[in-house]
Amino acid sequence: MSVHTLKIDGVDVAVESGTSILKAAQEAGVRIPTLCHLEGVSDVGACRLCLVEIKGNPNLVPSCITEVQEGMEVSTQTETLQEYRKMIVELLFAEGNHVCAICVANNNCELQDVAIEVGMDHTRFNYRFPEREVDLSHPQFGIDHNRCILCTRCVRVCAEIETAHVWNVAFRGAAAKIVSGLNQPWGEVDACTSCGKCVDACPTGSIFRKGSTTAEMVKDRSKVEFLSNAREKHQWTK
Amino acid sequence: MDKIKFATVWLAGCSGCHMSFLDLDEFLFDIAEAVDVVYSPVASDIKHYPDNVDVCLVEGAIANEENLELLLEVRKKTKFLISFGDCAVTANVPAMRNMLNGTDPVLKRCYLELSDDSGKIPKDARIVPELLEKVQPIHHIVDVDLFLPGCPPSAQRIKNAIAPLLKGEKPVMEGREMIKFG
Repeated sequence: MSVHTLKIDGVDVAVESGTSILKAAQEAGVRIPTLCHLEGVSDVGACRLCLVEIKGNPNLVPSCITEVQEGMEVSTQTETLQEYRKMIVELLFAEGNHVCAICVANNNCELQDVAIEVGMDHTRFNYRFPEREVDLSHPQFGIDHNRCILCTRCVRVCAEIETAHVWNVAFRGAAAKIVSGLNQPWGEVDACTSCGKCVDACPTGSIFRKGSTTAEMVKDRSKVEFLSNAREKHQWTK
Repeated sequence: MDKIKFATVWLAGCSGCHMSFLDLDEFLFDIAEAVDVVYSPVASDIKHYPDNVDVCLVEGAIANEENLELLLEVRKKTKFLISFGDCAVTANVPAMRNMLNGTDPVLKRCYLELSDDSGKIPKDARIVPELLEKVQPIHHIVDVDLFLPGCPPSAQRIKNAIAPLLKGEKPVMEGREMIKFG
């Protein structure tokens, strides 16, 4: 196993080759905001919040899916990055219908947390107010597409940890949405084991347990990491 | 020093932000020391928005023609305008009708389908202001000087925003305590 040394925000870091910049930054105690990243499942670079600058590279790169290289010099908190991150969060709010005041995840929402972290007190973009459905056909859970940010955590956790692959992304552009089965109502998808991993994985109030009221839903994000460690590293206790 | 001319305005919102403002309790005495309340649904009985207002808190989204007219007047006559609460900042719950494709489906549902007998849609412009096709946050229509989100913003958050303004300073709007939606 080879080790790469690199600099993150001026600090020397040594990590195994193949490690992502995000992981290396976490090991170095540098916080990079993320939304689509979830410990225990693969990374896809969907939300673009974890963008970083690499010396000599004119492009901003998503740190979750970029591997460290020897001698890399990474900046995670430049003014440009902070401005872009804020813009990304503003666009996420403008793109869907995120009415925090009446959301099950109010106070327990990663989108809300990130908005606070990047200092977003309003969005400069026009709200789209898209027409989207709420699917309550599952006996235990519901999915509110108004609050979905297409991070695909539910897709990955269901495919990679539960191996049921109930979820997927369908359609394109502004019409893209998470679908269950072959775009069937969730309750009609036989593959669903009702394990609830997608509920815990969802960063917003989009996938929820029925019966939860505003600001009531607390999710256990560490469940997926625990399951993946249990399987891969045989660590059976938290 | 002259007192600060202070106003609050209530547009398309539930008045929860104003209720939270009243929750300032004894700090209201400090405010009263420093300001003249020149217009407010909860602290004055003045019918027309006056000229030369120093600070105004605007609660609510822009949902009808009256909201729009008043907001434009407020902006013209106010030096420092604060977008007060989630309805003003994000359009929040009042904007949920935007997903229903205009005003007609909303009016039909409220006044006809849910009516006990033969309902009718109120049309008298002298009494009922026309709904706008789209509900909007106030900064999409006029410039805003400070955003004070929250549904409602807590009394403490309002205090933290107003207290510096009374001393001529700008508040620091950062962190969970000051800028969380919802």
